[in-house]
Amino acid sequence: MSFWRVVAAIVWKDVVAEWRDKEVLSAMFALAALVILIFNFAFELRVGNVREVVPGALWVAFIFAGMLGLSRSFVLERDRGYLDGLLLAPVDRSAILVAKSLSNWLFMSLIEVIVLLLASALFNLDLMRADLLLVTALGTGGYAGLGTLMSALTANTRAREVLLPALLLPVAVPLLLAVVKATAGLLDGGTLAGVVHWLQMVIGFDIIFLTLAGVLFGFVVEE
Amino acid sequence: MILDGAAAISMLLALFAALGWAPTEATMGDVQRIFYFHVSTGWVGFSALLVGLVGAILYLWREEGRFDSLSLASVEIGFTFITMNILTGSLWAKPVWNAWWTWEPRLTTAAILWLIYLAHLMLRSSIDDPQRAARFAAVYSIPAAASIPITFLAIFWWRGMHPVMGGLTPRMLVTLLLSVGAFTLLYLALLRHRLRLAHLGREIASLGEQAEKRRT
Repeated sequence: MSFWRVVAAIVWKDVVAEWRDKEVLSAMFALAALVILIFNFAFELRVGNVREVVPGALWVAFIFAGMLGLSRSFVLERDRGYLDGLLLAPVDRSAILVAKSLSNWLFMSLIEVIVLLLASALFNLDLMRADLLLVTALGTGGYAGLGTLMSALTANTRAREVLLPALLLPVAVPLLLAVVKATAGLLDGGTLAGVVHWLQMVIGFDIIFLTLAGVLFGFVVEE
Repeated sequence: MILDGAAAISMLLALFAALGWAPTEATMGDVQRIFYFHVSTGWVGFSALLVGLVGAILYLWREEGRFDSLSLASVEIGFTFITMNILTGSLWAKPVWNAWWTWEPRLTTAAILWLIYLAHLMLRSSIDDPQRAARFAAVYSIPAAASIPITFLAIFWWRGMHPVMGGLTPRMLVTLLLSVGAFTLLYLALLRHRLRLAHLGREIASLGEQAEKRRT
């Protein structure tokens, strides 16, 4: 089977499996929405203009909700024995990583759109803009790719989900920084042209870490 | 044995030089003397982590246990030295900048570097199978190390700028080189002991496996 047909098949499996019970999607949404709410209360007490913390609050919500989805991608596979099946099939190992990253990216993006709608209402801002959605999608892509590799590393350890934030977050700092800066730049009345060097960092990060993840994934699943 | 002795003697010499022999700095006074240990632990610690990265790549390529031992030993020592680097920096900062910490590029990157290698050691200790632990730690090392220069660049764009070295008198330069040399010898001495320990550990593990096989 060709690489992209394998990727498509695995992504389709993930989407269908998740759509049946929406277990992880609802947990992700609940966490993201709660983070936004808590940020509102936490900063209302100190910051005059809550809108100033919106870019950071949004991305903290996305990062933590995304973590839930990422840890699911290999823990469930391992528990239900799907991963062995995938590994027995004569497919390129990196196809599994690309597929898992894509499905994580899809789930995160779905939650992000819903949360952006919610935040638009709560903070009385127009967040459903094409440029903002593009920045969000690009940032999520890199995070999903790197996070999928880290999830594969931690799914087999004793500490499991507890270790994933410790491994993923420090490495993801430049991405987080750049994407929050880009988001803030756009919300402050700017255009994509104005935040172009942050966008370059996001895209650069995405390319470097997706490539590294693709190359290194084989070492993680070999027995 | 000789290495340990050399490390001890050079450390004492460096201590004496830094605290007594080197001249007092004009603007900062005696607190500047911590700079000799701050820079030494920084350079040697960072180099140790680089050696750890090289060991990780070699291990993934060749799968020989000694590369993993080198990587683990060097990361452990490097992490300790970086911790010392951050602490001495903070001790210096309070009297000079009137703040224990600032979020400027080098410091922030150093803090993240520290967290990354803490996570590295946590990952290793959470995996029971030694070969898998070695492989996973090696896999983690690579994106982790790659992110560090990128983090520095990102924070540099985010905030403007650590004192840069300059204006060292000959005596100060000698003291600095002596100090760096002392810490390098200390690193090598510790590395030798740690590698021996790792090698013994692997021998014990393989003996244990052989005993298991004979029993069954």
